[in-house]
Amino acid sequence: MLKSHPYIPNASSALEEMLRDVGVSDVEELFKDLPKLPFEIKEIPKEPMDELSVEREVMGGLSKNVVFRNRCFVGGGPWFHHIPSVIKHIISRGEFLTSYTPYQAEVSQGVLQSLFEFQSMICELYDMEVANASMYDLPTSIGEATLLCSRVTGRRKVIIPSSLPRERKSVIANYTQPQGLLVKETPYSTEDGCLDQERLKGLMDSDVACVYAESPSYFGIVDEGIKAAVDAAHDFGALAVVGSDPLSLGVFKPPGEFGADIAVGDGQPLGISPGLGGNSLGIMACRDDPRIIRQMPGRIVGLTQTKDGTKRGFVLALSTREQHIRREKATSNICTNETLLALAATVYMSLMGRDGMVRVARTILGNTKYTIDKLKRAGLAAPVFRGTNFRDFAVSLKNVDEINKRLLKRRLVGGRDLSKDFPDLKGVGLFAVTEIHTREEIDVLVSALREIARGT
Amino acid sequence: MFRQACFDEPLIFEMSREGKVGVLIKDDPMSAKTDVRKGGIAEIPSGVLRGKLNLPEVSQIEVVRHFTRLSQMNWGIDLGPYPLGSCTMKYNPRVNEDLAWLDEVQQIHPEQGLDSIQGALELLYRLDRMLSSITGMHKFTLQPAAGAQGELTGCLIMRKYHERKGDRRDEIIVPDSAHGTNPASAAMAGFKVVEVRTGEDGCIDLELLKGAVTNRTVGLMMTNPNTLGIFEKRVCEIAEVVHDAGGLMYYDGANLQGIIGRARPGDLGFDIVHLNLHKTFSTPHGGGGPGSGPVGVKEHLKDFLPVPTIIHKDGGYQLDWGKPESIGKIRGGYGSFPILVRAYAYLLSMGSEGLRLSCDIAVLNTNHFAKKVSGIKGFAIPFGGAFRKHEVVVSAEEMTKETGVTALDVAKALLDRGLHSPTIYFPLIVKEALMFEFTETETKESIDAYVEALREISERAYTDPGILRGAPTNASVGRLDEVLANHPRTMCLSYRMLSKRGKMQA
Repeated sequence: MLKSHPYIPNASSALEEMLRDVGVSDVEELFKDLPKLPFEIKEIPKEPMDELSVEREVMGGLSKNVVFRNRCFVGGGPWFHHIPSVIKHIISRGEFLTSYTPYQAEVSQGVLQSLFEFQSMICELYDMEVANASMYDLPTSIGEATLLCSRVTGRRKVIIPSSLPRERKSVIANYTQPQGLLVKETPYSTEDGCLDQERLKGLMDSDVACVYAESPSYFGIVDEGIKAAVDAAHDFGALAVVGSDPLSLGVFKPPGEFGADIAVGDGQPLGISPGLGGNSLGIMACRDDPRIIRQMPGRIVGLTQTKDGTKRGFVLALSTREQHIRREKATSNICTNETLLALAATVYMSLMGRDGMVRVARTILGNTKYTIDKLKRAGLAAPVFRGTNFRDFAVSLKNVDEINKRLLKRRLVGGRDLSKDFPDLKGVGLFAVTEIHTREEIDVLVSALREIARGT
Repeated sequence: MFRQACFDEPLIFEMSREGKVGVLIKDDPMSAKTDVRKGGIAEIPSGVLRGKLNLPEVSQIEVVRHFTRLSQMNWGIDLGPYPLGSCTMKYNPRVNEDLAWLDEVQQIHPEQGLDSIQGALELLYRLDRMLSSITGMHKFTLQPAAGAQGELTGCLIMRKYHERKGDRRDEIIVPDSAHGTNPASAAMAGFKVVEVRTGEDGCIDLELLKGAVTNRTVGLMMTNPNTLGIFEKRVCEIAEVVHDAGGLMYYDGANLQGIIGRARPGDLGFDIVHLNLHKTFSTPHGGGGPGSGPVGVKEHLKDFLPVPTIIHKDGGYQLDWGKPESIGKIRGGYGSFPILVRAYAYLLSMGSEGLRLSCDIAVLNTNHFAKKVSGIKGFAIPFGGAFRKHEVVVSAEEMTKETGVTALDVAKALLDRGLHSPTIYFPLIVKEALMFEFTETETKESIDAYVEALREISERAYTDPGILRGAPTNASVGRLDEVLANHPRTMCLSYRMLSKRGKMQA
């Protein structure tokens, strides 16, 4: 029987005394009410492993992973962006890392103020007045937004672009179906990749709760029709939800300027590494409309002051929307969210400032254009759609899987095979370039693709 | 004496001075020459170009100082005890942090080809096996982002299970002592919530349960030990009642700490469990996430798990998407990978004996505290004298009646003594509730410090209660005005709203 462990201080010296205090002779007596159902935990070593061995074991296993980073050109997210060093140091501080939801506001001002700043920066970026902190990821943000729209309007139809990947559609279905909502898809134009506005109008009626549109789209297309989509929603009394990549907003018009009621986004590009797609951050913001704000899901931090009025301070606001108070009538079940990653995004936006956000967006835009031009000049069939791309772009190849295998032999990660989610896009790969890719690295990708195409 | 750091830290927006930058970002060689705001980038229609962007402009040292100061105004486990009941705020081992920050964890992409992420998939596969073996389940999905999302996943699995049987069921049974996420998750899955009352022994009333179960019962969502810290000892009978009616048994793993290594939900009759890796499995809470809420099921439900599942085949690890009965995806990606790495490392560091020891000591800590606190005037431990497991709920109802000092006042007074408050006003079935969970992390000395602090607070309450209502005075700020924060006219949720509505006084 184990007698001590570094994570369990009372196991050794205090044990006897505490047993005496409690009035039992053996710890077994505290578990007499458990049914006697013997078992063995076979999949874990019986004895604790020492720290050095744990390191060796975990690192040894993980060393089978290959780090490609700036030799990775796969689109559709997550993405490799530059992460300023400061971020890791701030979010690794024990005071942040080892804290929990700031239920006791007076001793948790650090997390609270940081989240208020997160909300504030998201509002600036998306041109909204209120943001929550935070959602799990973009797919669940969209799911929650559709539910919100249905509650506000009392309607049951949701319109989403058909250009969303299957994964997002599946998450949306899991959020909407149980509530009996009906999801319809607006097709995208096969020519420019933008929403087909005529088809959207054709879907509109007085039972539509929510129109979701995004720019840049999953294919990286900057959609000039967002305003029209928002207007189409409003013409029928529906709410407009607009999704945008946060980094694109350094250059492109934000959802608020198009008149969106709710904005959503994937926060991972804001200073958060891909982590096998497991470091996600969902963004959700809305207009200053009490009907919408009261229906928002998730934590929202509010500014207030001390009861004696002498000092500014922050608290969790509008908690009566939330599950721990409202239970089955809550606006969402979300409790633990992505706070520490929201903090990472806050530090990122603080470091970048206005100028940095514009520069990084411009660089990504420049690299995207450079890559597409280069592919065109190399005689490779690029791009599939005519519109303007930001970071992600679809390239018509012959056999994506086969080409990717050959790229991997050259230590390059190629495009995502879009035909898996979009049967019409056979042989199309979704690529991405960001600010981390140098022109030389892009040239390497293009020559590799050319050589593979030539069969050399 | 305790004094929390206190800076008059402005909002970062208020620190902004035009032209300052926090990090150098290279500019695009072509577009740098032109002003993007004037449509300088060729081929971009001016209709989609952005106008102003109001983000703070601050230098790097200012950013570092700002967030370092904010961190110092924030309580964490690293600073002292954090006994939030049902949150299992245990120590977050640093070796796990180092491992989670490896490039082979952070800098890998889910679409970079399975051959190049075999290490990650192997770890995920093994973690699934470990969790299955700890809980007595058949197979886990590691996808859910947090406990509540695990609950939703579990509810969707139950929904699909009954649908496939052609069974129209829509009622889920939830005890009145359950976490708020249970009814909220059930509602998101489209179920009607039927609440069963807790009996005098602090456990589900079996007779009431029998009355609540019908042919419309989807299942029972149960937390065991429950939120009173009491083990539901009739769990096997309860499972029989629910199963006989065709329902499923769902285990909320928030309180697994109370039985880990000593009993397995699977053996107790549960069909589905969710775990909170940020609780029982030591991954950091991070101020409120990211967490991880894996869901495990018995064999008869395995086909409903979200896709993809990780399988071991032909000497390698693969993703299995070909599951027609699956509920699909519940979020993007395959799960909070860096959190999963931490949990995996934790399990190696503990071993099965260490897990059992963590349970034993967490439970001993609770009962040591319960024993000592029950003698203090004004505090009582409702629902009988059974040994508690990982947590205990103390009621300050008597104190409130006699002195006007509430659970909230007690919580704030604890903060003044350098002791983080327990969870308060939960579970809802206990008046003036203070819910303590020390976990195996706390030393006897710090638990005793709570007992002494509560004794002193009690003395104050009965002699000079006014002082307690003024607490805290040693925290970064004094007691904050919740009404002001929530009133439609004064509510301020962003810097924009602040600018629009004029500065808060003070």
